[in-house]
Amino acid sequence: MAPPDSAPALIRAHGIGVRRGDRWLVRQVDVAVRRGEIVTLIGPNGSGKSTTAKALVGIVQPDEGRVERAASLRLGYVPQRIQIDPTLPMTVRRLMRLTGPYPEHEIDIVLEQVGIAHLKTAPVHGLSGGEFQRALLARALIRKPDLMVLDEPVQGVDFAGEIALYELIGDIRDRLDCGVLLISHDLHIVMAATDTVVCLNGHVCCHGPPSSVAESPEYRALFGSDAAHALAVYRHHHDHAHLPDGRVVSLAPGQAEDRGAG
Amino acid sequence: MLDDFFARALIAGAGVALMAGPLGCFIIWRRMAYFGDTMAHSALLGVALALLLEVDLIVGVFSVAATISIALMFLQRQGMLSTDSLLGILAHSTLALGLVIVSLMAWVRVDLLGYLFGDILAVSRTDLIAIYVGGAVVLAALAVIWRSLLTATVNGEIAQAEGLHPERSRLIFMLLMATIIAISMKIVGILLITSLLIIPAATARRFAASPEQMAVLASVLGVVAVLLGLVGSLKLDTPSGPSIVVAALVLFLLSLLRLPGRQRSGVAS
Repeated sequence: MAPPDSAPALIRAHGIGVRRGDRWLVRQVDVAVRRGEIVTLIGPNGSGKSTTAKALVGIVQPDEGRVERAASLRLGYVPQRIQIDPTLPMTVRRLMRLTGPYPEHEIDIVLEQVGIAHLKTAPVHGLSGGEFQRALLARALIRKPDLMVLDEPVQGVDFAGEIALYELIGDIRDRLDCGVLLISHDLHIVMAATDTVVCLNGHVCCHGPPSSVAESPEYRALFGSDAAHALAVYRHHHDHAHLPDGRVVSLAPGQAEDRGAG
Repeated sequence: MLDDFFARALIAGAGVALMAGPLGCFIIWRRMAYFGDTMAHSALLGVALALLLEVDLIVGVFSVAATISIALMFLQRQGMLSTDSLLGILAHSTLALGLVIVSLMAWVRVDLLGYLFGDILAVSRTDLIAIYVGGAVVLAALAVIWRSLLTATVNGEIAQAEGLHPERSRLIFMLLMATIIAISMKIVGILLITSLLIIPAATARRFAASPEQMAVLASVLGVVAVLLGLVGSLKLDTPSGPSIVVAALVLFLLSLLRLPGRQRSGVAS
């Protein structure tokens, strides 16, 4: 469940804005992520989702406003669509140790958690889109972050893999009790896998729990009437789960409902 | 033995190759070959200015190469011209400027070919000290920034977001490049320094399963190339720099041959 609003934020943006030349990519954005909370930034292409997230984690310096971080916040960042140069030899195991000398058994644990334990010694260049996303997720996970930030984590992943990946993110939140900031332009699944939705279009259009955002007129204006069915679509598909190897398992109705409600 | 010019050249060349290995790997991984070339070409301007101002050559070359690399980082951020156009402008104009200034200084005799293509006869004991002290500093600094630079090479955003200060590492890396160019100029020559950085690293790629293996292997292959090149240079009376590069090229070509019984590490299903 989402933490109460009064809980202290791990990271909080106060009216941040980022400018490119004369154009503001985003302005006046307030976002906060608390421990144990999954916050999703949604919005159409060019709405400034990525920019907002990058300003939050310090990749981009905001031109206005400020970002407050909890002291000694440990961050795990999963970037959008990256390519490792083929001249750089890198196995999945080595990728896990990118930012620190993590022991072998911790590598085994995180790879097991994301379901790619069998790929430990494989070169990253041979991984499929979904496998590589999971490897990047494991790499962030091994840091035992207070806050995970994932920029479009399901890109290049098929629909079944998408649900599995969002479930995995929910599991990680439960296990690490970390905050999660997701960036997504796809509504159908992400809406229900989230505690708080922040809908962006150059500024914050609306925010709140997914059910109230889905019904807000600003949200419908931005995404069209189809978007209102986003939650329904998710629930409909959510009577089974997909294992990393492609097998499908049934979930008890109660279990599915629990997860859907986040 | 250090009185023997050939022994000095060998020891000097090996020292240069040892530090060129890991630096060269980063040049390949970060696709900076032309960047390295530009810095190396600016070395001639460094030589010219050092002669003009009567300062040590290594100091002159280091200062100019470092200035050029920092100017480039700045110009890239302006985004007025594409990086390869900027590099094209800087690489050749600094080389030309160096040649012009050297030719205007009628009062100094400059062995231009020695600077451009290397001259083993010119390696002094002081140069040896410069190479090994400088080389130790370069490798130590690289070890310190290794994790940050490697993370930034995989993805700059991860490095920035997770607090690894990639900009600082990148700046230090530029200074290390300037250092290696300054201290290896006499061995391989300005025009060929980048090949000593790149070719052994490219050769090492096929045999390495991790970045660290590739770096060490590149150093070893570089030392072998220096050894073969200098022996060839002595036997055939060819200039040292080109001979070393030809030796490195031969090793690279050999590495392209099919290796018996070795496969790319496969993915267990």
